[in-house]
Amino acid sequence: MTTPCAIVGSGNIGTDLLEKLRRSELLTPVAMVGIDPDSEGLARARAYGVEATHDGIDWLLERAADVELVFEATSARVHRANAPRYEAAGLTAIDLTPARLGPSVVPSVNLRDHLDAPNVNLITCGGQATVPIVHAVARVCEVPYAEIVSTVASLSAGPGTRQNIDEFTQTTSSALVDVGGATHGKAIIVLNPADPPILMRNTVFCALPDGYDEAAVGQSILDVVTEVSRHVPGYRLVSDPTFETDVYGTPGGVVPARVVTLLEVEGAGDYLPTYAGNLDIMTASAVGVGEELVRARQEVPA
Amino acid sequence: MSNAPAFRLTDSTLRDGSHAIAHRFTVEQVTAIVSRLDAAGVPVIEVAHGDGLGGSSFNYGFSGTDEMDLVRAAVDARTEARIAILMLPGIGTREDLRRAADLGIDIARIATHCTEADIAEQHVGLAKELGLEAVGFLMLSHMISPEALLEQARKMASYGADCVYVVDSAGAMTIDDARRRVSLLADELDVDVGIHAHNNLSLAVANSMAALEVGAAQIDGCTTGLGAGAGNCPTEILVAAMQRSGIPTGVDPLAIMDAAEEVVRPVRPDQGIIDRDGLLLGYAGVYGSFLLHARRAAERYGVDVKDILLELGERRVVGGQEDMIIDVAVQLERRAADARAGQDLGASA
Repeated sequence: MTTPCAIVGSGNIGTDLLEKLRRSELLTPVAMVGIDPDSEGLARARAYGVEATHDGIDWLLERAADVELVFEATSARVHRANAPRYEAAGLTAIDLTPARLGPSVVPSVNLRDHLDAPNVNLITCGGQATVPIVHAVARVCEVPYAEIVSTVASLSAGPGTRQNIDEFTQTTSSALVDVGGATHGKAIIVLNPADPPILMRNTVFCALPDGYDEAAVGQSILDVVTEVSRHVPGYRLVSDPTFETDVYGTPGGVVPARVVTLLEVEGAGDYLPTYAGNLDIMTASAVGVGEELVRARQEVPA
Repeated sequence: MSNAPAFRLTDSTLRDGSHAIAHRFTVEQVTAIVSRLDAAGVPVIEVAHGDGLGGSSFNYGFSGTDEMDLVRAAVDARTEARIAILMLPGIGTREDLRRAADLGIDIARIATHCTEADIAEQHVGLAKELGLEAVGFLMLSHMISPEALLEQARKMASYGADCVYVVDSAGAMTIDDARRRVSLLADELDVDVGIHAHNNLSLAVANSMAALEVGAAQIDGCTTGLGAGAGNCPTEILVAAMQRSGIPTGVDPLAIMDAAEEVVRPVRPDQGIIDRDGLLLGYAGVYGSFLLHARRAAERYGVDVKDILLELGERRVVGGQEDMIIDVAVQLERRAADARAGQDLGASA
């Protein structure tokens, strides 16, 4: 029996989630909540036989007994208001907004540490794409400093991202340290308006200390890319991890080398266009989180 | 005739020039350069990492000295001049801007790619809230039409920018390109319009003078041209050319020439030569600060810097995408290795 889920937010992200949840073998979308009666997402949900409303979450909370997981695809402000109500109703929230109320999770890295949390957040698109690489390096050697550059197509960056761009850099930087395991972190985001739109690109630089094992670091990165691509099929290396030696005066101290990992993320093209890998990696990771939570709950019967 | 300056000059030697020396300015250099520029009458002096506050990184190069120490030194060394910083949303944050404001800067210049002004709303807003003058800085302005640029400039003005700059980051603009953009913005906006020119096509002074004729109120220079790529509009040459044209600048031409020769020229003696790579950036429309990174990558991967720059132009990368230089170099290296392998196969067949 599959687990019933609700999607709150019927915009691009919510609608893409709907498509992905319909494909999941473990999760079933049973409700979608929006605010715009004319939203395409709600119409699509109804067409699939998923209950849909534009009346906000009161409607959902009345049906809380029939739902287990809630995917929040609204905004940080809305999620801050909704989160305590989900928790009171016994619903586990998977938060795709930048509200950061619960622990930050990346399915391939640390979700196992937070299986009981009533609320988990997905950091940022750049975080989902790059934290696994930092983690891959940090599990085989010390990472005194990690830095990432995410470049996304201008068309895939909505007004929310644009007006809160510092949230992206700060939230992602923190996750490189707190979740990835680096000692210091820095995140950069660049918007590129090229037409046709570019795929999402991510470059991860990890500082390497004296005595690092190139083969072990390289292999660990390759393993993690395989792991992430189970949830996010369009996630891939552009080339093998590149090791560069020099004298680098990083915020984590002077190091003799760095490993550069060049990644791209192609979206699955469910509802969002394929270039919007930055949005796809969020919805795909959210589904990954939901599936892992359900698997864990099935492993340990209450 | 009035002797009031016909425009306001901003000298960016200590910000754009940072690119030319891999972000290694020292407190001593900043103190000496600010003192001499200030004494020569330069009204605004910009100081920061080349990629703006927060630019110190693997991707853009780590600062030799913390940029906040450089900003503090500039504020301490000036008597009349106003001190400006630059920041790029997505690289620096409002926190960086607050720290610089606490040190006593006067002007925040907020830079975005020319099509992405709306990522600057928070930062321009904060600058105004902090009582600073705010400048919107639209990079790689040659990449879009004057009309499209106007739309972005209007956004900057609507966020509170006191001036919007047409920024020729690649040094790719012809005189006509510069004139059409500045002229349209100056006609349509209620705020000042500025021009920031690079010298890849040897047109930086000419473009700045053309911009003044069609309404620019602010012009950037760098002493000796010290700056990214082929360098900027050389402040001392701009001042001399203006003077010879009967245009008051407020800057003493002989004092600025001496400052250029005595305190800035020693920082990088070969500044001012437009070599093939510098010219190629302008010709291909590639962001000037890519130059030193591309040279290093070319050496590391054994590929031609010319091929890297042309490929970057082809991909239409924007400012901030320095990581794509490694990407391109690695791919060129692989292509070359594949070609060699193919030849070997051919030879053994």
